Amino acid sequence: MRLNFGLGIALIIALLASLMAGRTWIPFDQWLSGDLRSMIVMELRLPRACIGALVGAALGMAGAAMQGYLRNPLADPGLFGISSSAALGAVTSLYFGYTVSAYLLPVFALMGAGLGMTALALLAGRSGSLILFTLAGVILSSLTGSLTSLMISLAPTPFATAEIITWLMGALMDRSWQDVWLAFPFITLGMGLLLMAGRNLDALTLGENAARSLGVNMVRLQWLIVLGVGLCVGSSVAVAGIIGFVGLVVPHLVRPLVGHQPSALLIPSALAGALLIVLADSFVRILPSTSELRLGIAMAVLGAPFFMLLLFKMRREVA
Amino acid sequence: MDIRFNALSLTLRGRPILHAVSGHLQKGKVTVILGANGAGKSTLLSCLSGLRAPDSGLVLLDDQPLADLTSIVRARRIGLLPQQADIHWDINVRALVALGRLPHQGRWSKWGGKSAGDDAAIEKAMAQTDCTQFADRKALRLSGGEQARVLLARVLAGEPDWVLADEPLANLDPAHQMDAVSCLKDVARGGAGVVLVLHDLTQAARVADHVIIMKQGRIQAAGRCSVVMTPDQLADAFGVSVHIGSDDSGAPIITPISRSG
Repeated sequence: MRLNFGLGIALIIALLASLMAGRTWIPFDQWLSGDLRSMIVMELRLPRACIGALVGAALGMAGAAMQGYLRNPLADPGLFGISSSAALGAVTSLYFGYTVSAYLLPVFALMGAGLGMTALALLAGRSGSLILFTLAGVILSSLTGSLTSLMISLAPTPFATAEIITWLMGALMDRSWQDVWLAFPFITLGMGLLLMAGRNLDALTLGENAARSLGVNMVRLQWLIVLGVGLCVGSSVAVAGIIGFVGLVVPHLVRPLVGHQPSALLIPSALAGALLIVLADSFVRILPSTSELRLGIAMAVLGAPFFMLLLFKMRREVA
Repeated sequence: MDIRFNALSLTLRGRPILHAVSGHLQKGKVTVILGANGAGKSTLLSCLSGLRAPDSGLVLLDDQPLADLTSIVRARRIGLLPQQADIHWDINVRALVALGRLPHQGRWSKWGGKSAGDDAAIEKAMAQTDCTQFADRKALRLSGGEQARVLLARVLAGEPDWVLADEPLANLDPAHQMDAVSCLKDVARGGAGVVLVLHDLTQAARVADHVIIMKQGRIQAAGRCSVVMTPDQLADAFGVSVHIGSDDSGAPIITPISRSG
């Protein structure tokens, strides 16, 4: 509880700071002044910060749930192939150059995520078996990944190729309230489903058989995880592209603080994920460069050294 | 107040594991299932616990088909300690034992807090298995034997009517084997049914009120310990000749001597 409270306060401070930070510094007293500056805050920075927080929370919680479900601290929400199927959907709309409506790309991405979830459920079958499920995810993600590469290589114009590649890198620039309202219901629904799975994930600490003997319905749990992770990750990709490492790193950092219990990890991971993305996005915005650094790249650049640190720490423990 | 199983048959991956196995388990008694590796003991236990549905045959819990119970009701009544001691996350011992209370809690209990009954059951289970001393330690920092006790405490914390345990004495030192045996006996004396898969013949002979000997997916013999655990029966089931003696108090000591082909 104290941890959630602390993370919540930190998130609010980070959100307020991210509204001030950017190419032009806009202090608090000018937010509602009604001139161009308040336009920047209300129509550009506020929706962007909201999306950052939503996406971060979704990815953080999805990562924590995935790691609990697979009982593997290295599981990533991208592992199930739902993010790559969402990306494939988005890339399809870019490939055909559908630009009639701003809604089109995220809607295609959501459709991709939905198809991905269906394929995953069909491939894994109704056994509730973890191994089948993981294999199905690996198959789906490699299939959709290669289809995306195919689209890139066959893109009709160099412009489309560039657009696809840039989009895949993930970013939050130029997001509007439309994107917020598109992602919000799906992400909250997904997070709700994952929270429902919380105690079942705790039971899985004892292994599949013991969990089942405690009354956990593995098939129902699989559906909660597929739908919850799918909605969270799919709608995140739809509005922000692919942003890696959050779902992997955040639960790792939070886990020791909550006594390693999978259910206790869900909410703090969501808060910490939101905090991380809001901070990282403010950071890429204030970096002095001609074109803005893509958030997806920034996260990967941050993530790699983090894993190096983790490796060194594990090496010390093993030795 | 019993479990009856009738003509259970099960084939896994084309290999028949159970052939028309029937039997009767009584509450308030300790039943021990004996048999060589691959005789079908663990499979029978998982059928009795409701985790595995037999291809044919019926398990009746108090005359009600086990398959008709919801998983939560079944979990409240039957506690299972699987053979494999899985602890995947480094959670506190008390939190781990508390998982045994899951069938008694609602989905949102995590946020509503535990009831006083839950806490009492958890503390009692830890005391029964001599785990209270490391209640606040991390589960993965414990030794294998300590983990085994904690996992047994997890089952007892659920206060089930039936405790089914697959080799609960593996990994325990002699003193804690005795503790675990007397703890399980107490559980049976308290009115619950206890069903154990064991490999140690002496322990089996001392703890069992009722013995089931399995061989190649069939029940070779079942009944009171003194009737069933004879040199001939054991030789037939395990392919070893045994010496049956007794200690000063008259309790049996059963030692395998040689392979009898």
